[in-house]
Amino acid sequence: MSTTPLIYSTARPSILVYAIGVYVRETKYEFLKLLRAKSFSLSVIGFPVMFYVLFGVVNRNASNGNVHIAKYMLGSYACFGLVGAALFGIGVSLASERAAGWLELKRASPMPPMAYLFAKCVTAIAFGLIIVTILTTVGVTMAGVTLTAGELVRMFGMTIVGSICFASMGLLLALVVPANAAPGIVNLIYLPMSFMSGLWMPIQYLPHWLQKIAPALPTYHLAQLMLNIFGYANSASMASHWTGLVGFTMLMLGLSWLIFNRAQQNA
Amino acid sequence: MPAIAFAQETRTTTDRVADSVQLAQPIATLTNVTKRYSATTALDGLSLALRPGEVVALLGPNGAGKSTAVRLLLGLITPTSGTARVFGGDPCNPVTRARVGAMLQVARIPETLRVREHLDLFRSYYPRPLAMKEIVRIAQLDGIESRMFSQLSGGQKQRVLFGLALCGDPDLVFLDEPTVGMDIEARRGLWQQIRTLAERGKTVLLTTHYLEEADALAHRIIVINKGKIVSEGTPSEIKSRGAGRKISCRTSLSPKYLRTLASVTSVEQDRDAVVVTALHAESVVREMLLRDETLRNLEIASPALEDAFLALTTTR
Repeated sequence: MSTTPLIYSTARPSILVYAIGVYVRETKYEFLKLLRAKSFSLSVIGFPVMFYVLFGVVNRNASNGNVHIAKYMLGSYACFGLVGAALFGIGVSLASERAAGWLELKRASPMPPMAYLFAKCVTAIAFGLIIVTILTTVGVTMAGVTLTAGELVRMFGMTIVGSICFASMGLLLALVVPANAAPGIVNLIYLPMSFMSGLWMPIQYLPHWLQKIAPALPTYHLAQLMLNIFGYANSASMASHWTGLVGFTMLMLGLSWLIFNRAQQNA
Repeated sequence: MPAIAFAQETRTTTDRVADSVQLAQPIATLTNVTKRYSATTALDGLSLALRPGEVVALLGPNGAGKSTAVRLLLGLITPTSGTARVFGGDPCNPVTRARVGAMLQVARIPETLRVREHLDLFRSYYPRPLAMKEIVRIAQLDGIESRMFSQLSGGQKQRVLFGLALCGDPDLVFLDEPTVGMDIEARRGLWQQIRTLAERGKTVLLTTHYLEEADALAHRIIVINKGKIVSEGTPSEIKSRGAGRKISCRTSLSPKYLRTLASVTSVEQDRDAVVVTALHAESVVREMLLRDETLRNLEIASPALEDAFLALTTTR
């Protein structure tokens, strides 16, 4: 009935402007969406901070040889926090968006699929950085931790690397785990894996047989690389930890790719 | 009899649109498409073509294969055999997708984003998006743009999904069960918006199991069941293939006599009234009025699409 002419956005944007527009918005809204979802943001930020306040601040004066326990725990809870952000932020949210048909609606649009994954990955990094910033603030102000600027920068760098690695695990979980069981299954993997890698308490305090298992866990390699920034790592060979972490990431991405392709063929 | 004249007028308009689009090249086609999942056959050698500017309803019971047809045309799934083409290309192609809009059945939409943010994001996917205020106007989202998705009513949520389908100013729009779970008022509101799309010359493929909805919106109805086309035609054609029209009245004529009239298929007693089902209702009514001057409370039920539909999907 109405004869109002349609208003179009004028000038056709170039490919680059278009791509930047999509990637920026996808990332911005992914981040806002998770930040506003209190069940996600409060638990993913709250748990590592709470644990660190409980166990780190209590140990402000404790040390084991030249290891300041509160500073050690700053590194290990940083790992605990960033792994949680990646597994829940990607694994659980992607699984539920897939199951609800929301991802399908996006796929029916001309959205570049990489923009979707990029946004999830950057959001996981952002949450990782937020968690590490809060933990560092708590450590420095309440737990008597001293950090050099170099250590701080390397911690943030390691947080970014770790977030990307565990984003790949989140992706794989999202592809294989049923959406309604995802939070439970992620917890069942995340919590024991964190404990056995020495993220909750220094690994030296764990039973010997557990310490033997730890090198099979990606979180152990991440923690060792993070602790190495403070000179607290177990072994001197960082190359083996890099190999472990990168190899794990490649394995996760490779499996995701296989499973995704097989699902595509059946579709 | 202005009411009848009006009805006549709309029917010919529908038919005229149907005639004119017959001549145009189809913009989306499924050609002899079979889609099998491990155990079930969702579509079985189905062919259909959408021509520019027409509104086609894909009508069928649950599990008939309606959504499968839509998902094939959106390139979300690939056919087991046969081909799906949209705008002469592969439906998966991003260039094709930029000209297509879709409203699918989504169980849960991210609830912690505002309506405006959802629209802003989807607009960014398209090279030539429709202006935000146009989307808001057409999808009737005025006043709720700043609400979180979680704060919307069921009808409002469906309108947002409809708005998302418009973001790219698409030439072809797929609406998969667009009014499912809506109350009558909200449903009629959305019908009006779908008509607005048709007036703008968009091609619309609508799936529904609401028979009334197909009748109200479509130029052409394709009835499918068990993955096959059962019947195809304008709403009036589909209706005429059904069991006929129901004449209800109070009359002194005996049911036995009524059964002898030409084209009567059944005569039933409904409380005080008698209900005569006839293929040629006009001639039967003329005869009845002639024979019974006391005949009163005459009603002729609009051709029951519901019955036509049931007849079509159960006889084969």
